[in-house]
Amino acid sequence: MAQVTLRKVVKMYDEVQAVRGIDLDITDKEFIVLVGPSGCGKSTTLRMIAGLEEISGGDIAIGGDVVNDVPPKDRDIAMVFQNYALYPHMNVYENMSFGLKLKRTPKDEIERRVRQAAQILDITELLDRKPKQLSGGQRQRVAMGRAIVRDPKVFLFDEPLSNLDAKLRVQMRTEIKKVHQKVRTTTVYVTHDQVEAMTLADRVVVMNAGLIEQVGSPNDLYHSPITKFVAGFIGSPAMNFIPCHLEQAAGALRVRLSDTLSFPVPADRTSRYTAHVGKANLVLGLRPEHITETRPHVEPNQHDFENPIDVVEPMGMETLVYFTIAGSEVCGRVNPNAGATAEKPMKLRADLSNMHLIDDGTGKVL
Amino acid sequence: MANATIASPTATTISGRRYGSVSRDRRWALRWSYFFLVLFAIFFLTPPVYMFITSLKTSAEISAESNPWWVYSPTLANYIELLTQNTYLTFFRNSAIVAVLTVIITMAISVIAAFALARMKFWGSATLATGVFLTYLVPETLLFIPLFKMFAWFNETFDIQLMNHWWTLIILYPTLTVPFCTWIMIGYFASIPKELDEAALIDGATWIQTLTKIFIPVALPGIIAATIFCFTVAWAQFLYPLAFTTSTTELVLPVGIVTTLIKGDVFNWGQIMTGALLGAAPPLIIYAFLMDYYIAGLTAGATKG
Repeated sequence: MAQVTLRKVVKMYDEVQAVRGIDLDITDKEFIVLVGPSGCGKSTTLRMIAGLEEISGGDIAIGGDVVNDVPPKDRDIAMVFQNYALYPHMNVYENMSFGLKLKRTPKDEIERRVRQAAQILDITELLDRKPKQLSGGQRQRVAMGRAIVRDPKVFLFDEPLSNLDAKLRVQMRTEIKKVHQKVRTTTVYVTHDQVEAMTLADRVVVMNAGLIEQVGSPNDLYHSPITKFVAGFIGSPAMNFIPCHLEQAAGALRVRLSDTLSFPVPADRTSRYTAHVGKANLVLGLRPEHITETRPHVEPNQHDFENPIDVVEPMGMETLVYFTIAGSEVCGRVNPNAGATAEKPMKLRADLSNMHLIDDGTGKVL
Repeated sequence: MANATIASPTATTISGRRYGSVSRDRRWALRWSYFFLVLFAIFFLTPPVYMFITSLKTSAEISAESNPWWVYSPTLANYIELLTQNTYLTFFRNSAIVAVLTVIITMAISVIAAFALARMKFWGSATLATGVFLTYLVPETLLFIPLFKMFAWFNETFDIQLMNHWWTLIILYPTLTVPFCTWIMIGYFASIPKELDEAALIDGATWIQTLTKIFIPVALPGIIAATIFCFTVAWAQFLYPLAFTTSTTELVLPVGIVTTLIKGDVFNWGQIMTGALLGAAPPLIIYAFLMDYYIAGLTAGATKG
């Protein structure tokens, strides 16, 4: 039983509100990732759960008990830091057993738990090394080991992979997921990397400017973002945003992007969008993978158009093309063999069945 | 039969002019640095060498008009006389006890004070940290008269005479050493990543446990640097013992040598030099053993990791 509950949690630094009243329910055994740009309050939120920052308002409960005024050591949590924070003068074994020793755990019990954690993380042969003799990835494992041996109610990770190089980061990401599948401890994980968030989380919490924008499974966030911020933050390359307006003609809706370019709105969305016909400040959101080269077979809601290409970026398995519609830059993902050439017109296909219509004034997806 | 030739179209020689030389620049830099190192070595080592030469001479030879840089009839008489003299050994003992106790008291206060000032953010902690450093900037020549007054008041109020005791210096020296050592340790503790004490805090350590089990071991080079500094100040301090102690039994080395070996206008140069040379030995030995730590302490925080 280790659910974590946040109720209207606020953090003030002097006059600045870093966290502006967030509510969040994390269920037992869940892997939650807090993600957002720097300064969005995600690390502060994590540190408040850890007890390293006092909360300025609201309540935090771990396992049902309100812990607002409980010091970190009595919250039964373990934390993994971005710079590992291993004790430099202790070897790996001492690092991992430090917390247990302070709790006066019997020696053979400490030994058993450290060996077990070392086995899970595959660091048994490193136990008598000092941190400075370890590589970045090994240090990260030890930091995780230090968390695991304590068998806490909640694991807290503060950007644990940011100091690793790209290849190791991917490897350790899988490692963290494996460890969670083995130990099934409730986990709160902070990152600014949306790929890390998508791959690790049961549920992702997208934060922006001290508020939660959206909570949902990775697929929910990707396919049905509820705000423009989430739509733009999740996914790489980011979703295209093209200013547009809605036109009504003979019962059908059309989304007009420029004087010469407009697409019919899918029929199943007509009723949802009718109220917004003629409104200003509308934006069409379309992910790059929904703008492709033309193919012989046409699915419903796919529409061809031609546009000169500005820049071509070959990625190997796909090629990214950048072009301009009515002044805004648009990215599409085309087949490498489609013959995309810079500064030449190209026939492209937009798949409107995955479109999002966004009110730029409120930032909400309609 | 056709011969296969390997010809790379890019492998042509570069025909541009060659200029600049990294190794030549390096050589010149080395020459200059050795030149100045030798210059400074001569400058700083001449006095002790001269002291050593003089200490091996008799009073007659010192006053004779011969080459002062050469010993014609070397003798250990000065050493024997000093080391068999009770007064000199008393000075040495007083100095040693005062210096060691000053170091212990200073480190006990400044390590704990620095930890509190560097890590526990409380109201006014930043101002207090600056204040600690400012007290170091007040010269001792300005302090000894008010201290005199305080001792007189203490004597009147509690009827305890603090003047003219060697142990009074153990109370006095920390006024010089604590501010500076605290300042060094604040800087050193500040260079320890914040996550380290947060990790300890989450691991269940109290503040005291964080200090003793994490901070002191990690900051050991800094603590040793501060210890050496403190010992040197306590060992070489001249003004306070000159002002506050007068009896021969209560004197420490620097003052003792000057007051007992200069009788009226007679300077016993041989013994003065011997006494000073022997007196300089303990700090020298400590420096030699802890040099590596000392340098590590002075350059801490200059680079990461």
